[in-house]
Amino acid sequence: MAEIQIKNVAKIFGAYQALHDINLTIADQEFMVLLGASGCGKSTLLRIIAGLETATTGEVWIGGRRIDHLSPKDRGIAMVFQNYAVFPHLTVFENIGFGLRMQKLPNDEVTRRVEKTATLMHIEQLLKRYSGELSGGQRQRVAVARALAMEPDVILMDEPLSNLDALLRMEMRAELKGVLADSKTTAIYVTHDQVEAMSMADRISVMHQGKIIQAAAPIEVYRNPSAEFVASFIGNPPMNFLPARPAGAGRWTVAGQTFDGPQADRAALQFAIRPEDMQPAEQGLTALAKVVEPLGAHLLVTCEVEGKLFRVILDSDMKVRPGETLTLAPQPDRIRWFDPETTLAVA
Amino acid sequence: MTDAVASAPGADTRKSARFLYVSAVVFLCAWVLVPIYFLLINTLSSPETVTSFPKPFLPEFDMGSLTFFAGFAGILTALKNSVVVAGMTMVMSIVIGAPAGYALSRFEFRGKGLFRLLILLTRAFPLPLLALPLAVLFIRTGLDDTAFGLAIVHTTLAIPFAVLITFSLFSGIPIELEEAAWTLGCTRLTAFTKVVLPLILPGIAASAIFAFVISWNEVFAAAVLTIENRTLTAFLLQNLDTSPLHLKFAGGFILVVPALIFIFAVRKYLFAMWGIANR
Ligand SMILES: Nc1ncnc2c1ncn2[C@@H]1O[C@H](COP(=O)(O)OP(=O)(O)OP(=O)(O)O)[C@@H](O)[C@H]1O
Ligand SMILES: [Mg+2]
Repeated sequence: MAEIQIKNVAKIFGAYQALHDINLTIADQEFMVLLGASGCGKSTLLRIIAGLETATTGEVWIGGRRIDHLSPKDRGIAMVFQNYAVFPHLTVFENIGFGLRMQKLPNDEVTRRVEKTATLMHIEQLLKRYSGELSGGQRQRVAVARALAMEPDVILMDEPLSNLDALLRMEMRAELKGVLADSKTTAIYVTHDQVEAMSMADRISVMHQGKIIQAAAPIEVYRNPSAEFVASFIGNPPMNFLPARPAGAGRWTVAGQTFDGPQADRAALQFAIRPEDMQPAEQGLTALAKVVEPLGAHLLVTCEVEGKLFRVILDSDMKVRPGETLTLAPQPDRIRWFDPETTLAVA
Repeated sequence: MTDAVASAPGADTRKSARFLYVSAVVFLCAWVLVPIYFLLINTLSSPETVTSFPKPFLPEFDMGSLTFFAGFAGILTALKNSVVVAGMTMVMSIVIGAPAGYALSRFEFRGKGLFRLLILLTRAFPLPLLALPLAVLFIRTGLDDTAFGLAIVHTTLAIPFAVLITFSLFSGIPIELEEAAWTLGCTRLTAFTKVVLPLILPGIAASAIFAFVISWNEVFAAAVLTIENRTLTAFLLQNLDTSPLHLKFAGGFILVVPALIFIFAVRKYLFAMWGIANR
């Protein structure tokens, strides 16, 4: 059992507050992805869990044991670094076996576990090589194998795939997900790549400026963003926003059209819709097409609605020319509403 | 057409820059190599040729001057003293300098910049100023005329370099390697011995050799602080003063060659010290 609990963790570097009061519980064997833009504090949080950084305040618990005062080696964790950190003076075999040797395991046990994890990561033919003789992808596999060989309670990964090319990244993504699910370890995975996050995670924690904005299953984060930031960060292209005025009785006026919305007593709301959740129709929002990008699978049209940027994804067989006026009907159950003051979702 | 016009002055400045560069390199090489070459020629010439003029440009391979030194009384003891003092200097400057280099590269602390500057400034302090008080102090403590006493002085001369070289060595090792070792079950100390040390060992050896050379070459403190236990430099300085010219050349040659060989062996790390990447 290795449930991770992060309680009121904050981190201050000199005058800069990198993390604000983080609270997060990660279930045993869960695959949690920390997602956020560069500099939002993902690595800092991961390094606090690993013990490479100390929290200014707060507690970290793993498997019911408070560990934030322990040194990294006593926390039952293993970590995979962005630049792999494969020891250059040791062979692949000795790299994978490094942690096992530190545990003073007998030789044949080390050999058995190194060979097992090497086979799992498909690097059994590289065991005699040095890191200088490996490609980036192979080094990545060694780094993961080295962490897995420890059979840790928790495996921490800081952007482990970001130095690989796109194709290899996609391949490794699927492979890592499978290997980690089989290993039954709790995993925390840091990335700024939302596709990686969506495809791998059991749950995504979206971070922004040192805070966790939303922690939920990928599809939940995508469909029901809890705040405007999440809506505009997740999805490529992100959600469209338009200002809405109350029209009484839970109806709201958006760009001259009225829609059913929340029964909220507010002077204004933000209407939000994903680009793929609209269809051309007789009646709907009037959009002026500005740029048309045929992307093969679909057609991305960048429009203006009442002077605001508005993107729509249409079927690739549609014929749209810049300057044309489109009438777009949003799918009613996909419309979301946000409070412009708190930026939070309004149901 | 416009291309040619635009590129002509560019090519010109590039050409003159190249000329300047080449002549500077030639000048600096000559500055160092010509005296060494004359030293070599004169060492390997018979006494008559050394004093005659014009000089030949090829050595005669007359071993007379060199064999004279082999039989010179006291030279072996002096040689032994030099090696002992340089050896002690080497060990002490690494033992003291390497941890300082590690701290400079891995820890943030108040006054770090000032500390680095001070390390260099110790080299700006003239040794002759220190020599008299040092000699008095050494006589009082009984350190005068001992290899250990001289090694202490040489260590203070070598430490700035030991610190700077090891600082750049440690900085060249990504901190993630150490962090990875910590997460894999190492303490700070075992991570150092199992990961950092094997990686910087060649560099440490180089900076040790450099400390050795500094001690080997040092003559002022050696001459002031030793009488019976003279090092080779001090010994030759004392005895060559009154010797004929050809022996002076040979003595100089004997001193220069080991230093040159050592420095050549560790040149890569000396570049590293100044932050110059060399390939
Ligand atoms: N040692 C440090 N001293 C001072 N500030 C730091 C330190 N480490 C991180 N920070 C700051 O804390 C903030 C969060 O850094 P962190 O490395 O956690 O970001 P990140 O989300 O991992 O970004 P990236 O995706 O670029 O890796 C940044 O603004 C960074 O400048
Ligand atoms: Mg990071």
